[in-house]
Parts: sequence; C-alpha cells; structure tokens
Amino acid sequence: MDLFMQQLVNGVTLGSLYALIAVGYTVVYGIVQLINFAHGEVFMIGAFGALGTWSYLLGESTSIWVLPIMIIGAVAASTGTAVIMERFAYRPLRHAPRLAPLITAIGVSVFLQEAVRLFYPGAKSKLPFPQIDVVTGPAFKLGGVVIQRAALFTVIALVICALLLWLFVNRTKLGRGMLAVSQDPDTARLMGINVDRIIVVAFALGAILAGVAGVAQGLQNSNIDFRIGFLAGLKAFTAAVLGGIGNIEGAVVGGLVLGVVEALVTQYTQYLPFGLSAFGGSSWKDVWTFALLILVLVFRPQGLMGARVVDRA
Amino acid sequence: MSALLEIKDLEVAYGKILAVKGISFTVGEGEVVCLIGTNGAGKTTTLRTISGLLRPKSGEIWFQGTRIDKVAAHEIVSLGVAHSPEGRRIFPRLTVEENLLLGAFSRNDGGIKNDLEAAYDLFPILRERAKQPAGTFSGGEQQMLAMGRAMMSRPKLLMLDEPSMGLSPLMMQRIMTTVTTLQQQGTTILLVEQNAQAALGRSNKGYVLEVGKVVLSGSGQELLHDDKVRKAYLGED
Repeated sequence: MDLFMQQLVNGVTLGSLYALIAVGYTVVYGIVQLINFAHGEVFMIGAFGALGTWSYLLGESTSIWVLPIMIIGAVAASTGTAVIMERFAYRPLRHAPRLAPLITAIGVSVFLQEAVRLFYPGAKSKLPFPQIDVVTGPAFKLGGVVIQRAALFTVIALVICALLLWLFVNRTKLGRGMLAVSQDPDTARLMGINVDRIIVVAFALGAILAGVAGVAQGLQNSNIDFRIGFLAGLKAFTAAVLGGIGNIEGAVVGGLVLGVVEALVTQYTQYLPFGLSAFGGSSWKDVWTFALLILVLVFRPQGLMGARVVDRA
Repeated sequence: MSALLEIKDLEVAYGKILAVKGISFTVGEGEVVCLIGTNGAGKTTTLRTISGLLRPKSGEIWFQGTRIDKVAAHEIVSLGVAHSPEGRRIFPRLTVEENLLLGAFSRNDGGIKNDLEAAYDLFPILRERAKQPAGTFSGGEQQMLAMGRAMMSRPKLLMLDEPSMGLSPLMMQRIMTTVTTLQQQGTTILLVEQNAQAALGRSNKGYVLEVGKVVLSGSGQELLHDDKVRKAYLGED
C-alpha cells in the first residue's frame, strides 16, 4: 500500500509539472488553433531565467526570501520570450496556411535551444540549480511515504496558478474576451475586442505558468540544461491532448492523469503476466504511457474533458 | 438630416471575385435604412465591410465625418457602430449576461449596469434566463440576445443582418416591432432583410441590391409599391 501511495505521490508531482506546462499549449491552441511546439523552450528559458536571476542578481543566496524573486525572474524571462515569439514569428503568419506557423514553431524551438546553449554562460553542459532553503532539503515522511519538499512546492504552485488562472478567465473582462475569441473570433471583433491583444495575453498566460514550472523543475532535479524543454514539452502537449486541447481544466486534469499513469506504469508493469514483464519498468514507461494516450484518443478523440465544440446556431 | 454613414463607390472582393461592385448609399441620422436583395447580392458583405471585418478593394466609408474603411474592427465599435451579424452568432457557451456584457467590451464608463437593465427591459425573457448558456436558446431568443448585445455598446448606428431569418411569424413581428422601438429611442438602423415587406414598411429609405450593385432606391413606401420590387421580392405577379 505504501508503495502504491508513494507512486501516487510521485505521479501527482510529475503530473503537476506537466499540467503547469500543458496549460500553455491549450490556452494558445484555444485562441489561435496553433500547437506552439516552442512552448517547451519557454519552460526551459523560465528555468534559466530563475538561475540567471539567482546567479547575477541575488548573490547566490539560498535563503527562502530569494525564491519569490527567482520566480519573478523566471516568469519575466519566459513571458518575454513568448511575447516576442508571438510578435515576430507567429503574427506575420496569422493568415498563412496552418502548416506554416507549425513549422515555424519547430524552428523557433531549435532556435531557442541553440540560443541558450551558445549564449548562457556554461550552458553547454548541465548547470546546478540552487537548492533554496525550506523548498528543498530533508524530505517529509508520512507513514512510509516520502514527500520531497520540491514536490510539495510543485503541487502547491499548480494549485495556486490554476486557481488564479480560473479567476482570470471567468471573473475578469479580459478573461471573458478570451472566451469570446476562442468561441468565435470574428464576432469577438464585432464586440470591440482587439484579437491581437487577446492572443498576446494567451501566450503570456501560458508562459507565466511555464516559468513557474521551470523553477519547480530546477528545484526537483537540482540541475537544468538547455534540452529540458523538449521532453517536458512533448509530455505536456500529450497531457493537453489527453485532457482535450483548448480546455484549460482539461490540461490540468490531463497533466495529473498522465503523471500518475506514468508513475504507476513504471512501478507495476514489471508484474505483467505472459512474459510482458520484459516490457516493464522505467525504461518502457513512455511506451505504455503513449499507448494509453492512443487508446484514449481512439475511444474519446476530443480528450477526457472534451474540447472545443462547434455548436454555433 | 445629416448623413451618419456614407458609402462611396464601395468595391469588395473575395480573392478575385468581386462581391460588391461599386455601391454608394447614405444613412441619415435617426433613419431606418434597409438593404434588400436576393442571396449573393452583397448585402452581408457590405455590412461586414462597414464594421471592418472585411477590407474594401476600393471606395470609401465615412462615419460621422471620419473615414473608417482602414480602421480596425474593434475600434469601429468604439466609434459607435454595432453589428448584429447574420446567423446571430451569439457565444453559445457563455451565459446570456456574459454575452450582453461582451457587447459593452469597448466601454469603460459607469453606465454598463444601467444598459444591462435596459437590454433586459427591452427583452424581459433575457432577464429570466440571465445565467443560462446562450447556446440552449431558440432562434428567436438568440436573435433578441444578439440585438441586446449589439445595443450594449451604445451604438449610434445599429446594423442588423437578417434579424428575422428562420423565425416564426410571431417572433418576426416581435423583432420588427423592436426595430421601430429602437428607432424611436434615437438609434439609427441599417437593416438587411429577406423579408422585404416587413422591412420596407418600417424604413425611411431602401436600396435594392442585385449581384453587387444598387439597382433601385427610394423611400420605403415607394419601393413597397414599385412593380419590380413587388414581383421580385414580395412574391406578387
């Protein structure tokens, strides 16, 4: 039972990270129907933003008080990147065929990885990420279950971010404008909504959560490198599709489900019968996880929470 | 009456196909002006160009002495032009109240609450269903919502595209009566209608469009009694 609970905790931790990143895919998709494959890099740059802030502005202090400033640094870096990316890479292609921005996104992704590798000091290899007091250090023990402090930070960060995002989308005028644009962009313009501005807001929102995720990743893994955006981005994109792309709640649920499934699969596939256990354990976890994704999409193509439905009268 | 809206030699193209081929007309302050014509005559295209969703190939659009044919759609709303589009286009997954508030998106004044009440007074059914998702509504209710939503921007010019489309005769009557009410309250209205009888009867002026051109114009009553109009649009021999 402890083992199961432990994997559940691991899964929720992993899933919270996926969820934080997945929101960025889904929000942007909901507004412009673009899969922004460079979003994983926005997350990576968030992590580097936090590290840079810590190294160059905070004098490498590990006191808990530097954490908020690191988060601000991460969010500034990720949001700045996302807004510039939207302005110069995607906006000129607004009316181009959909394949053009998609290919561009892949190009932007490579560009950002290489830019960090070349220009961030020492980024050619792994860089240690500061281990901040309180949020890292000795793990908590709950019965037989170990809960890392950074894991707790990640889960709490997700809860706070998801709550704030929900309030923004459902309780503010700008959020209502976003909902309108995602349902019917032309009619939204007739309401006096500046669609270009809403698109920037969508990119920025996703980037803020990705920046926070960057900090969480650094704290959890204690090091970062310029390649972390690729797999995390791929998994987060999967989570967004699993939850129903375009649906914000779906991205959160999809992230958590994906994380938990991944953790449980890693643990329990080694007990599979009929010799299938050869395909068990952590090295096969992605295979099982993606097999599950395919199954879900075969039977529920709109994702777990349902996606945009065109129900215009 | 001074011209609130003036269209000069407007041409609009979809790719290489010219949908509006040089039309001109004016809408005076306080008037109801209607555009009638068959499908493909260019009525909807004209409205979409005025509200800035489409860009003209050539020609000019003037609103209150300002040239607006290069102004962004969301800014045209702030100038005082509201467009209730063809097919109503309410936001189905938002509530009635959210739809109405979106109509006031361009405003920052303190009068929005009052105007919300005014929209509810105009169509009391909207008040009853304020918290329901708009997608569950019947066509007539959606049309009321679309009109209420358009009024929320406090427009000087209200453009209605086929407000009676697909409605029961009773509901159509209700919508058309509202058009008159709004005019009496001082709103200028540019109306596009298939139902020429109801529309012309309420209009100060009418323009008949055929394949992108104005072929006939006159007062509402003149057109209502014009032989060609009676044959083509009122189904009389």
